[in-house]
Amino acid sequence: MTAAFDIILCLLILGTAGIALFVRDALAAIAFFIAFGNLLGLAWLGLDAVNVALAEIALGAGVTGVLLILARARLLALGDDATCADTSAWLRVGALAACGGFVLLLAAAVLSIPPESGLDRAITPLMPALGIENRVTGVLLAFRAYDTLLESFVLLGALVAVWSLAPAGVWPGRPADLGMADGPMRRVAGSFARFLLPVALVMATYLVWAGSDVPGGAFQAGTVLAGGLIVSAIGGAIGLPRSDLPGLRVALVLGPLVFLLIGLAGTGFGGFLVYPEGLAKAAMLSIEYSLFLSIGATLALLVTGPNVIGLADPAGGTERKSDC
Amino acid sequence: MSPLDLLVAVPLGFMLATLLAGRAARWLILLAVPAMAGLAFWLVLVSPDAAYLIGHWDLPLGILLRPDGVARLMVAATALVIGAVGLHALVDPPEKAGNAAQAETFWPLIYLLWAGANAGFLTTDLFNLYVTLEMVSLAAVALAAMGSLEAALRYFMIALVGSLAYLLGVALLVARYNTVDVTLLSQVAQPDLATMLALGLMTAGLLIKAALFPMHGWLPPAHAAAPAPASALLSAIAVKLGFVILLRLWFEAFPAVTGQPALHVLGGAGALAVIYGSVQAMRQQRLKALVAYSTVAQVGYLFLAFPLVAGAPDPSGAWAGMMMHAVAHMLAKASMFLAAGLMLKAAAGHRIGDLGGLAQAMPMTVTSFGLAAVSLMGLPPSGGFTGKFLLLNAAIAQGAFLYAGVMILGGLLAAVYFFRALSACFGAGPAPREPAIRGVCTAAPLVLAGLAIVIGFAGSALDTLSAIAAPWAAPGVAAP
Repeated sequence: MTAAFDIILCLLILGTAGIALFVRDALAAIAFFIAFGNLLGLAWLGLDAVNVALAEIALGAGVTGVLLILARARLLALGDDATCADTSAWLRVGALAACGGFVLLLAAAVLSIPPESGLDRAITPLMPALGIENRVTGVLLAFRAYDTLLESFVLLGALVAVWSLAPAGVWPGRPADLGMADGPMRRVAGSFARFLLPVALVMATYLVWAGSDVPGGAFQAGTVLAGGLIVSAIGGAIGLPRSDLPGLRVALVLGPLVFLLIGLAGTGFGGFLVYPEGLAKAAMLSIEYSLFLSIGATLALLVTGPNVIGLADPAGGTERKSDC
Repeated sequence: MSPLDLLVAVPLGFMLATLLAGRAARWLILLAVPAMAGLAFWLVLVSPDAAYLIGHWDLPLGILLRPDGVARLMVAATALVIGAVGLHALVDPPEKAGNAAQAETFWPLIYLLWAGANAGFLTTDLFNLYVTLEMVSLAAVALAAMGSLEAALRYFMIALVGSLAYLLGVALLVARYNTVDVTLLSQVAQPDLATMLALGLMTAGLLIKAALFPMHGWLPPAHAAAPAPASALLSAIAVKLGFVILLRLWFEAFPAVTGQPALHVLGGAGALAVIYGSVQAMRQQRLKALVAYSTVAQVGYLFLAFPLVAGAPDPSGAWAGMMMHAVAHMLAKASMFLAAGLMLKAAAGHRIGDLGGLAQAMPMTVTSFGLAAVSLMGLPPSGGFTGKFLLLNAAIAQGAFLYAGVMILGGLLAAVYFFRALSACFGAGPAPREPAIRGVCTAAPLVLAGLAIVIGFAGSALDTLSAIAAPWAAPGVAAP
């Protein structure tokens, strides 16, 4: 786009980042952090990195913003002061000098590298065999499918790690209720969620399908699904599931399991993660659809955090079946 | 079928199975141990041509898996350690009393650690290594949190900084060379600004993960507080992945870029780590803190070996010594943490002075601790002795008397702090609590310590194994 737009965007990014750092009120800092993430997403769009833009806005701004707001609410509930503590001026100056020096060094190194990418040339001739157009999906699900396979287990492992933090006596149990305490607001959020969740499902399903040829794919779709689930939980439209619910376990495990099984089935066609000829697109879509469900469920549960309510605990309320 | 992918896919499958099995999850270790032991044995014997590109995607795009000597030794030692620790944890639950969440999540986490460690040892791709580093760090942080949340949080923060520094270096290398494969980088690497900065960032990040002095601060509190099986896995395996990636960087990808001064910075930090870790271990009052600081010292030897390998006219001796030391430390330290955990269950308290009377109450466990200490001190015959002897030989041959002196001093200091703990066990003390410990629990540390001793007799076999496709044997070993 025009240089003027780029300059304004850069100034806005720096401005929101600065305010998020220096403002004293934690809630205001979080709001500016979310705005900063969205602007950064626009910058990625301007650089034609649509997939990075989607990820930055959905995860960098969206999910991280929700996590920060929840963290602040929990700090306040503990009675802690949620404003920034003072640090010594010398420490700030030192940190500024160190970071500034490092940025200059990094900039010098980056600028010394010629800007053309040789990997493009390696990828282009390989794409027709896959039957898809989106090179990012090609990299994630074919050329570097092994990385993606392992990453899907990292995400699942992160949820297991969060689960491991539950205090004694609440396993199996469920995480803290995300629902709003205020009755009328909860009803508003609830009816919004009842409208949003089906829309999120349709949109996510489309994002996976579209991911073959245009930007999209399982990770973005999973984030959209997770967003729908979290809003629904906040509005009380769905309850949070108990962590040992068999259906929930299947939903979490499905994506990594299908990926692993298709990878192992590849040994019949020449090696681990080799897709049979002509079936590459079908294999990748199967992986992506199952991954999207698991990623959505995992991200939503990562936001809700570890169990704090035991099943025997009266505060846990009645046993409610979740459709999560 | 190839052991190179099965060694990763099988533990990942077990991780999923534990999540589906719920409370029955712990019994799956009885299937996993023979399966993984068989695969590791297959890997040790497999032909060096078994290296292959995943999905048949060629370099620079694809990912190469390769069974070199380092991978064979580390995967086999990992199988021994996690197998023994897993059987130990099956009988003696690792969680805090009554914490069902820890009891259930321990199992998927150790399979994630297993898959991540194996994947990291087998790959030559620096981005793929980043993913494996994440798998191992995530599992390690969660296991450390089962003991102390505060120590684990500190570990988490510093490990994240390390990961990001490493990732930034990978990004610079992709932009500069259009590849992150170690075997390709070795042919094209230039000593320019981008490469130096990338190597510096990645090295700094990995030194945090490997806990080399002065970046060891997170290790002693996290390892000392964690439950014994978790400490064993953290000290034996989690820090070794950082070390192996540094081997890939310094000796395979960038030997043309790293100079003698940089190697001596690593070697010097290693020497300081040996002395600092030993002195701190001598000052500790609690048994597990002593064992944890001994890890800081032992990691030092691994990096002290860097200039010795690079400076030797024939690096095979120093290289074998370094790998032997790594394997012996994995076995001995895992054994020692398991034994220490059992001893503390029976002892009156967590201090070394509380260990009195244990030699009579649990002779086999104290024997395991003693055998592990023999290897860690470097007394013959043991894997630790063979490793240190080879390194000492290389140091003297090169006239590096400072490194030789540090190695000898480190062995003496290790004798001081380990004998202090052992003599406390033989001393009089309050009658130990009833050690309600079953056979497998006693056997696991004993077998590991025994192996740490026995590999001292298998020196020439391990020497041959460690030399397979070693970077100094055939520079820039090409892809198949």
